[in-house]
Amino acid sequence: MQAFERLTGRILVLPQENIDTDQIIPARFLTTTTFTGLGEHVFADWRYDANGAPRPDCPLNEPRAKDSPILVAGHNFGCGSSREHAPHALRDFGFRVVISSEIADIFRSNAQNIGLLPIVLPPEQHAQLLQMDGEEISVDLKACMVTTRGRHTDVDFPFRIDAFARHCLLRGMDRLDYLLSQRDAIRRFEASR
Amino acid sequence: MQTTDTAPRSLFDKLWDSHVVTAESKATPAVLYIDLHLVHEVTSPQGFDMLRARGLKVARPDRTLATLDHSTPTLAADESGKRPYVSQQAERQVDALRANCAEFGIELHDFDSDQRGIVHVMAPETGATQPGMTIVCGDSHTSTHGAFGALAFGIGSTEVGYVLATQALLQRRPNSMRITVTGQLAPQVTAKDLALHIINRIGVNGGTGFVIEYAGSAVRQLGMEARMTLCNMSIEAGARAGIVAPDEVTVEYLRGRQRVPAGADFDIAAKRWLELASDANAVFDREEFVDAADVRPTITFGTDPAMSVAIDAVVPAPRTAGDRAALQYMAVEGGKPLLGHPVDVVFIGSCTNGRISDLRAAAEILRGRRVAKNVRMLVVPGSAAVRKQAEKEGLDRVFIEAGAEWREPGCSMCIAMNGDIVAPGQTAVSTSNRNFEGRQGAGARTMLASPATAAACALAGCVADLRDLRDEREAV
Repeated sequence: MQAFERLTGRILVLPQENIDTDQIIPARFLTTTTFTGLGEHVFADWRYDANGAPRPDCPLNEPRAKDSPILVAGHNFGCGSSREHAPHALRDFGFRVVISSEIADIFRSNAQNIGLLPIVLPPEQHAQLLQMDGEEISVDLKACMVTTRGRHTDVDFPFRIDAFARHCLLRGMDRLDYLLSQRDAIRRFEASR
Repeated sequence: MQTTDTAPRSLFDKLWDSHVVTAESKATPAVLYIDLHLVHEVTSPQGFDMLRARGLKVARPDRTLATLDHSTPTLAADESGKRPYVSQQAERQVDALRANCAEFGIELHDFDSDQRGIVHVMAPETGATQPGMTIVCGDSHTSTHGAFGALAFGIGSTEVGYVLATQALLQRRPNSMRITVTGQLAPQVTAKDLALHIINRIGVNGGTGFVIEYAGSAVRQLGMEARMTLCNMSIEAGARAGIVAPDEVTVEYLRGRQRVPAGADFDIAAKRWLELASDANAVFDREEFVDAADVRPTITFGTDPAMSVAIDAVVPAPRTAGDRAALQYMAVEGGKPLLGHPVDVVFIGSCTNGRISDLRAAAEILRGRRVAKNVRMLVVPGSAAVRKQAEKEGLDRVFIEAGAEWREPGCSMCIAMNGDIVAPGQTAVSTSNRNFEGRQGAGARTMLASPATAAACALAGCVADLRDLRDEREAV
């Protein structure tokens, strides 16, 4: 997992609410046994029509999309299926941060586990970012702060994130080592029941 | 959040507290012990790869149970034994699970097993799912198992690897919600209708961050399969888990099943199970009350499971851009009734409604009648055991004679990754759990309903109210 400390980059906005993981990666792409190359299929049915031609009105098809590491999405992002393919597809496409006013539980924990930083902001701040498509912002995980010197407004939005998730993301560390360090406690727990 | 020994505790508190290996702190989540890990072919290969990459073994193969369900064809093998997989990749995914289970010593229910089935159907019916357990699976509908008074929730593939390696997970304690359903459901109103009603009430994200306990007289009156339907849909309100406290209905369902203790040991286990209930003054972070009398046969009209109405109601006028997009996608109009809306496909099955009671309900409507000419109807039993029981009762004949296709068990058209798909632009009435855009195939439109309502729609060839079905069968 790649460490995340601080990132400055452009926002891509998908304002739709309740974007579910079937939209992020349709089930027909889940027969893979790895997580590599899923970026090709991210939002496949939003990006391509039935004949496989790119839809010109989809922001993910604009040249800037590959150069926009921060996705700002509508309320309740990532609901539905537990498929970890969803955060992997976003990460493989080039996103490193997802910001919304609410993020579904399983998606959020999957994203944290694979090094895609999920950030939940209060509705007013989120609404402000939704209006800033294409603008550059900074995300600082050490300071837990989203900042920008915007075209119209300056933004200084602190965010909260679980301390352990932050610790792991800052170090690019997965959680397995920590869990393995608990193996004796787990065996004792088993013996005590 | 810490509870003392004397403070009243909820069922969720009891399940959580009894599985904490290491308590959570500000710096670290709790280490939560997992009693049962269910595994299927789609979300597990990357977890097994993690073990190999780290040189680890499966900590408790005896607490791990695998089945094939998502990518498997629902058409039978040909004479040479070859199965009609949707792609070579799908077949390779199934082969990968076989190889992984063989390498790590995990019990796998393959095509030749009479215990194979959708993971959330086969585990309860074999008695693997038991009250008081923690259960995880790389599948969001793991919430189903909460019907037994177990704490059961879906996880991602990285966490599948963690549980394989350690039999534990790192978790923050979720909030608790109790939904009390008072009164009694009307005779033709099912657990599916209740689930859709609740999701409509609290929203697709109403349960985010919560574990929901379903309580009240209307829940107590539900059989185990109906309770599974209700808990299954918890995730459609954003809740990772739904639970129902065990009672005599739970105990009687489990008695005699393969994996539960037998004889005197069963009585000891049952006594322990029946103690699993929320204390009288248990505190919940949120409480909701639903009057069962308000629940009618319900169907979805939009592109998330909260967008539902009583089947004889009009589609609500759209209020947001999202509402308008949903109605446009579904080709339905605000302010107009859904009754009479053309239907192309009817799907009976899934971990939500693919059990024997669901097939009986659908067959009851279809018996002696014909599916409308314009409708393709697929009936997919949730497991080999459900299929066998249905055939024993002659339900397969009812479906086939009505003009439906009778298939091999699997997830099939619910997730539509095995080749069982709804064509672009077609409308399906499905007993499954998700009506997201493209869920049943790119461009497919899904309306979620109960098995009885779905069967009534199949007969009419359009959205229909099962309460309007005239019994003209006697006259024929």
